[in-house]
Amino acid sequence: MNQREKSPAEKTKLRASLLAKQSFPWVVPIALLIIWQWASSAGILPSRFLPSPRAVVSSFIQLSASGELWMHVRVSTLRALSGFVIGGGIGLLLGLLTASMYWAEILLDTTIQMVRNIPPLALIPLVILWFGIDESAKLFLVALGVFFPVYINTFHGIRSVDRGLLEMGRTYGLSGWPLYREIILPGALPSILVGVRFSLGLMWVILIVAETISARSGIGYMTMNAREFMQTDVMVVGILLYAILGKLADLLAKGLERYWLRWNPAYQTAQ
Amino acid sequence: MPVTFSSSATKNAAEQFCSRGVSVRIKNVSIAFAGRTVLENFDIEISAGEFVAIVGRSGCGKSTLLRSVVGLETPQSGNITVGNVADSVAKNVTKNGAKNNGKPDIRVMFQDSRLLPWRRILPNVMLGLEAALIPQARKVLAQVGLEERANDWPATLSGGQRQRVALARALVHDPNLLLLDEPLGSLDALTRIEMQQLIEDIWLSRGFTGMLVTHDVAEAISLADRVILIEGGRVALDEVVNIPRPRTRGSVRFAALEERILGRVLQRRPAF
Repeated sequence: MNQREKSPAEKTKLRASLLAKQSFPWVVPIALLIIWQWASSAGILPSRFLPSPRAVVSSFIQLSASGELWMHVRVSTLRALSGFVIGGGIGLLLGLLTASMYWAEILLDTTIQMVRNIPPLALIPLVILWFGIDESAKLFLVALGVFFPVYINTFHGIRSVDRGLLEMGRTYGLSGWPLYREIILPGALPSILVGVRFSLGLMWVILIVAETISARSGIGYMTMNAREFMQTDVMVVGILLYAILGKLADLLAKGLERYWLRWNPAYQTAQ
Repeated sequence: MPVTFSSSATKNAAEQFCSRGVSVRIKNVSIAFAGRTVLENFDIEISAGEFVAIVGRSGCGKSTLLRSVVGLETPQSGNITVGNVADSVAKNVTKNGAKNNGKPDIRVMFQDSRLLPWRRILPNVMLGLEAALIPQARKVLAQVGLEERANDWPATLSGGQRQRVALARALVHDPNLLLLDEPLGSLDALTRIEMQQLIEDIWLSRGFTGMLVTHDVAEAISLADRVILIEGGRVALDEVVNIPRPRTRGSVRFAALEERILGRVLQRRPAF
């Protein structure tokens, strides 16, 4: 990249345009926030329905200062991630198995496709019966929910690996694990990561529902508990936390894509 | 003929000459896909170190022939012998380290480069090799003129450069038999001529046996010792190219031979 030297004026201009570009997506959220605050202060929006942004912020500061908030966040994150690791891990392994071995596909795929059509949340009554409102109930629901996107995308990814590359690999004496390592897994990775990204979103959705229905801790519990006492500010803090955590999970998935798929021009960051 | 299989990759070019190549005998081979016969009782013999070009129209079975030599297709009948090893060609494909068990090393260059997009250039050339052979891989990469691209992604290379990497990947194994399945088919005219020269030079210095499938009669004549035309699943023409190397396309003998082979290829074209 041999670009010519830019003059200071040009540089300032470039920086300004970059700043404008970066701040542009925030115009709408900030405007909404201002309108919201104004409506609350003017009494148009009663705090019984929705607290003012200022009330939300102060309640956030209060909850985090007392440490209560972080305890709930930690509990929820731990649940979400362990459920994701268990469900995603099993999905990955089974996807690899059914996509690579004919007998495994015949044996398992029909069953998996049948179970897939049951919404995991429809199992909540049964799950409460089985596990009570214990940790295992939430883990089970999250694991079950994230399993399918990972499984399906792994299966699809492996099945759509370029036949030409497989053929080439075999003429280079690759088979078994080396063939997997060099060709099949990297070839399936873009698809697997789509599944992971999808699962990370689903992970929070399922956890929220599970926590609001049956839990003694976690963000969902905090939010539901606040409802009992009409603490709308705490409820909004809980909802916003889910939004932030969901965004963080997505950023993580995007980061993995950028790193693992850096060979792919479609995922290369523009310089 | 005596054929030696050397597993040492460090011999110099002079020693390698004429000892690397292996003979290829294709006897009575028939291949059909879904009831449609592609090759029927097909016979050819290629001697060690010879460079043979196979021409013919699309769908005449020339690629299928090449693929069956390396075991990517299995003939319904007949047998293919590479070197002294009969009927073991198909196994050569899946067995690791073909060199070590005395089997001839067969490498293929496809029409598309088939580089792994997720590996940088050097690791692509190193496919299936131990890390100890990195200097060797760099040397071959230099031979095809791409040593400075060793750390780039395949996506950043041009089509011609990618084919040169594919050539390097095949050559680093020091093959006894190199199969070229229209490797230059998708390149522009200038790059093609450059690549033809490169392939000829490397073949002359290494002495492997070469089988080139091509649409381009001029390419066949400029590279090959023998041009074989396949038509209707059989050998329709088997012409020795007696033009001294390096061959110039403008020469009278070249043009006459090209004319003759082309005429033979076009003979069966339906009138329109």
